[in-house]
Amino acid sequence: MPDGNSLYGPLDPAPDAGWTSAGPRMGFFTDTSVCIGCKACEVACKEWNAVPESGFDLLGMSYDNTGALTANSWRHVAFVEQPVPAGHRSAPFAGTPPDGPSGVGPQFLGMPGAQPPGRGTGAAERTDFRWLMMSDVCKHCTHAACLDVCPTGSLFRTEFGTVVVQEDICNGCGYCISACPYGVIDQRKGDGRAWKCTLCYDRLGAGMTPACAQACPTESIQYGPLDELRDRAAQRVTALHDRGVPEARLYGHDPTDGVGGDGAFFLLLDEPEVYGLPPDPVVTTRDLPRMWRRAGLAALVMTAAAVAAFVGGSS
Amino acid sequence: MAEAHPVGFQWVMEAKRRGAKVFHVDPRFTRTSAVADTYLPIRAGTDIALLGGVVRYILDNELDFREYVLAYTNAATIVSEQFADTEDGDGLFSGYDPHTDSYVQTSWQYAGHEQDSGSGHTAKERDGAAGLQHESHGAQVSGQTARDETLQHPRCVYQILRRHFARYTPEMVERVCGIPREKFLELARAWAENSGRERTGALVYSVGWTQHSVGVQYIRTGAIIQLLLGNMGRPGGGILALRGHASIQGSTDIPTLFNLLPGYLPMPHHADHPTFDDWVDSIRHPGQKGFWGNARAYAASLLKAYWGDAATPENDFCYDHLPRMTGDHGTYQQVLNMIDGKIKGYFLLGQNPAVGSAHGRAQRLGMANLDWLVVRDLFMIESATFWKNGPEVATGEIVPQECRTEVFFLPAASHVEKEGTFTQTQRLLQWREKAVEPPGDARSELWFFYHLGRRLREKLAGSAHRRDRALLDLAWDYPTHGPLAEPSAEAVLREINGYDVSTGRPLASFAEAKDDGSTAVGCWIYSGVYADGVNQAARRRSRHEQDWVAAEWGWAWPANRRTLYNRASADPQGRPWSERKKYVWWDPQAGEWTGYDVPDFERTKPPTYRPPQGASGPAALAGDDPFVMQGDGKGWLYAPSGVLDGPLPTHYEPAESPMRNPLYGQQANPTRKVYAHPVNSVNPSPPQEHSAVFPYVFTVSRLTEHHTAGAMSRTVSPLAELQPEMFVEVSPELAAEAGLTHLGWAHLISGRAVIEAKVLVTDRLTPLRVDGRVIHQLWLPYHFGYEGLVTGDSANDLFGITLDPNVLIQESKVGTCDILPGRRPTGPPLRDLVDDYRRRAGIVPGERPPTVTTRVRRPAGRSGDGPREKGADHA
Ligand code: SF4
Ligand code: SF4
Repeated sequence: MPDGNSLYGPLDPAPDAGWTSAGPRMGFFTDTSVCIGCKACEVACKEWNAVPESGFDLLGMSYDNTGALTANSWRHVAFVEQPVPAGHRSAPFAGTPPDGPSGVGPQFLGMPGAQPPGRGTGAAERTDFRWLMMSDVCKHCTHAACLDVCPTGSLFRTEFGTVVVQEDICNGCGYCISACPYGVIDQRKGDGRAWKCTLCYDRLGAGMTPACAQACPTESIQYGPLDELRDRAAQRVTALHDRGVPEARLYGHDPTDGVGGDGAFFLLLDEPEVYGLPPDPVVTTRDLPRMWRRAGLAALVMTAAAVAAFVGGSS
Repeated sequence: MAEAHPVGFQWVMEAKRRGAKVFHVDPRFTRTSAVADTYLPIRAGTDIALLGGVVRYILDNELDFREYVLAYTNAATIVSEQFADTEDGDGLFSGYDPHTDSYVQTSWQYAGHEQDSGSGHTAKERDGAAGLQHESHGAQVSGQTARDETLQHPRCVYQILRRHFARYTPEMVERVCGIPREKFLELARAWAENSGRERTGALVYSVGWTQHSVGVQYIRTGAIIQLLLGNMGRPGGGILALRGHASIQGSTDIPTLFNLLPGYLPMPHHADHPTFDDWVDSIRHPGQKGFWGNARAYAASLLKAYWGDAATPENDFCYDHLPRMTGDHGTYQQVLNMIDGKIKGYFLLGQNPAVGSAHGRAQRLGMANLDWLVVRDLFMIESATFWKNGPEVATGEIVPQECRTEVFFLPAASHVEKEGTFTQTQRLLQWREKAVEPPGDARSELWFFYHLGRRLREKLAGSAHRRDRALLDLAWDYPTHGPLAEPSAEAVLREINGYDVSTGRPLASFAEAKDDGSTAVGCWIYSGVYADGVNQAARRRSRHEQDWVAAEWGWAWPANRRTLYNRASADPQGRPWSERKKYVWWDPQAGEWTGYDVPDFERTKPPTYRPPQGASGPAALAGDDPFVMQGDGKGWLYAPSGVLDGPLPTHYEPAESPMRNPLYGQQANPTRKVYAHPVNSVNPSPPQEHSAVFPYVFTVSRLTEHHTAGAMSRTVSPLAELQPEMFVEVSPELAAEAGLTHLGWAHLISGRAVIEAKVLVTDRLTPLRVDGRVIHQLWLPYHFGYEGLVTGDSANDLFGITLDPNVLIQESKVGTCDILPGRRPTGPPLRDLVDDYRRRAGIVPGERPPTVTTRVRRPAGRSGDGPREKGADHA
């Protein structure tokens, strides 16, 4: 039976997966407070990894026409328009109408049609406004449920501590898709296999920076040893708090959270839900040990052997 | 800037990280606004009112950097008593000639200089977009000027400036621009506080500022502020133009313009410059002050580079081979000439006017009336397929089977498939290597022109016609390499740099250029880029291995100088203004100028130097005259000549506006270039009737996801999918007023066209309260057209053709329109809808709107008493 921590709690995942000479765990710190929504990360990812197009659909979700992380979009920049104050900044629309009759037409009574996320509902709320942008990506969890449940060994833990699907092994069973607490990994239509961010495993192996981080003009996406990134992120939060941005907070940085901390974590300016992130993600295989204890001895032996094969079989 | 220049914007974010405060002024809340500290929504086309308000704020509170202003600008200079300001003329300056809608600039001159300084009638200069010549130097001034160092004289520039902008109060800014006065004051205060001895501020603008009927004056207003605050010629200061795409700076330095030759030498005019001497003297103005005194050497060396051995002092270096201007040959005049059948053939290189230029329908109708059209591009663009896929095919205006234009599409190599230089906004030339071979038949521009020239010359070889001499006499002998015989780009760079004809030695600087035929220089301002036979533009020394000026990264013109006019970074005595802003200074021991950058001053001219009586050329500039390319060595707060629409910027409404000008009776720029052609029209603006037919203000610009007319982005799926459809952004209030629904269809109507778009209702747009009214603005991306993976109607189709008088740029950042829910009609009913709107608006195609709309008599002055000229043959 595996050590409880292999499925829950703080852990250095690469050695745990059997890498004997792994370097420091590598990951991303995505600082959304400097993201300008240019989507260079999305494009660079597609170019480097030859990811197919994801459809020409105008979604009407602000400037987000990607919609979500999918098999064909491994980076996704979310755009959130909100009628709320932003840090120490002055209210963008203070002093502009409507504070009186608006033009010659009827008074605005709430937006007709669909209500895009974050939209204000009335004239009085149009003083404050902010536009949040956030480049989302696979979290490369410490305890990656996708990897735990993959029956073929296609998903594996790399020497950098990241989680990668091997497309030549994936048989398209789709177990990982329902296992991911973030809804990241996805099946490609017409292909059937599961695809997601590899944290540019090929580039890392060559000592290069992942394509998205390399392309990001504002260093919103920072790549490096996770320990360093966590220090840097903590300093950034303090700096923002000092500058009057109390809403700055980290997400996915905590090794004691439900997934043992993310290899790709974020600085956010609002609650995670606002960006479409789960507030309290938990690795879906967390309860496996408890289930084992309750199961009969024979079943326990069988399951443990099987799980050990999956989890430990990556080196 | 984040929207259109995300890569450059990283430095704004870096500055922000270090505590800088970022202001963003834009009609719509963009990705830049999202990270700015303060966002100011503005009514499109009112920037002079905003910036004029800043000028007034500085002057009223005496926040100008007085020592700098006094010594380095023309603030103290006394202006002619004949000058009358717009305050007296209800929006017109003295000298206005209503027959040509242009100014006679005599009354604008400095006192005692009324008869010189290139003044006089400006109608012809407008046709030649003569303002462009001043990109590298100001207009001339001769002799000494009268000054009042106390700045009290009522006709000194400082006092004229005060009076001119006195009414640009925070209240007026709010009334004209729709910017709340507290916000305006926040901006003005921050700008002034961050300038002075210890601090400098930079002004960065993009194409949205230039594409207005008063575009040049927008930038002039910015220049006035930067001069008043002492932000010119100093580190961290300046005015930086972010160009529309890579190397637009390069394409004005070595121009793709009808009116300029390399290095801002003007294209000769057939009537004014019959001989080489006439032409050269019109540039250098014998007896004038400043550095243009050497223009003869630059001109002779350029012709020597063109015609090699055939160019001799005896034949004026083949000056007769040089084409001449006869008037306006700007891109819009040419399109009208195509429609009128006056132009037979056309080359389009890296340009997509069917989508990217104002009045798309005129562009397409023009191109459909040629004998031949050559399109060189990376993709099959709208300008190559208008004859079969353009909207005019649907309306029956172009019939593919009958369209006479033969289109030759030639695939072009992209920037990674060819070598050469890019010149960016700081005038920095950076060499780029070829990364991959161009695919298939794609070829570089260099290959195309070299081999086109070679083949033409082969065909013409032995011709006895005089008209063929210009081509046959060309020095056309570039080395080639590889299986495709690609010409050497380095050889071209060497020629641009210039060389000694007898020895072939590359020149070290333009100071070595001669007017006797012993040197050949392709572009005098680039001289030095190949000094010592080394490609200086290819230098790549890391910033970590040199000081912060990074003089060994690439090469900047002129003379690898990174900041122009940097003599101004030292005080009049030659000492740095402050330790913090130390840059270039006078070393009294060594008796020379020194510092981090290449001093922009004669190296050994001491700060105390005063020109002797009667001096001319560089010797006439004093040791504390830092603006060495200006005739009087001063930064011009007031421009006695050189700018055709006024010595000072003045708020005029855009050519199409729903508002009466709140500041003056004169509604719009009285000298704007208007084309009275049946294809063109202007929507009515007050005081004309029926402006309410087009009640909304629209503006267009870029999305990060697409590039210009979309040829490089709508054709590639990773970009196309990010913004896959044409849309229009409207505020919730406008959506309610016009009955528009989010993601529903709408169509927009102007006097030129109807286009349709999906509706995005967003809080990022807001109605503005302007002069007691609520003005709705809507925004469109201009990237869409009918070719590519994602298609849509073109926003630029909505615009008519009205141009800035100085540089003939079109007003394509603001216009008026109506918007209706639902899709547009198709086929002939589409034109019916436009015609219906025109009828209701009283638009007669081809008719000029009234130019002068002042409510008082024009000021006396010397209005229009110069020789009367016809503005243009089509006027
Ligand atoms: S790390 Fe590589 S695979 Fe992952 S999102 Fe970035 S570019 Fe795509
Ligand atoms: S993360 Fe970087 S590259 Fe991605 S949208 Fe934000 S700024 Fe652009």
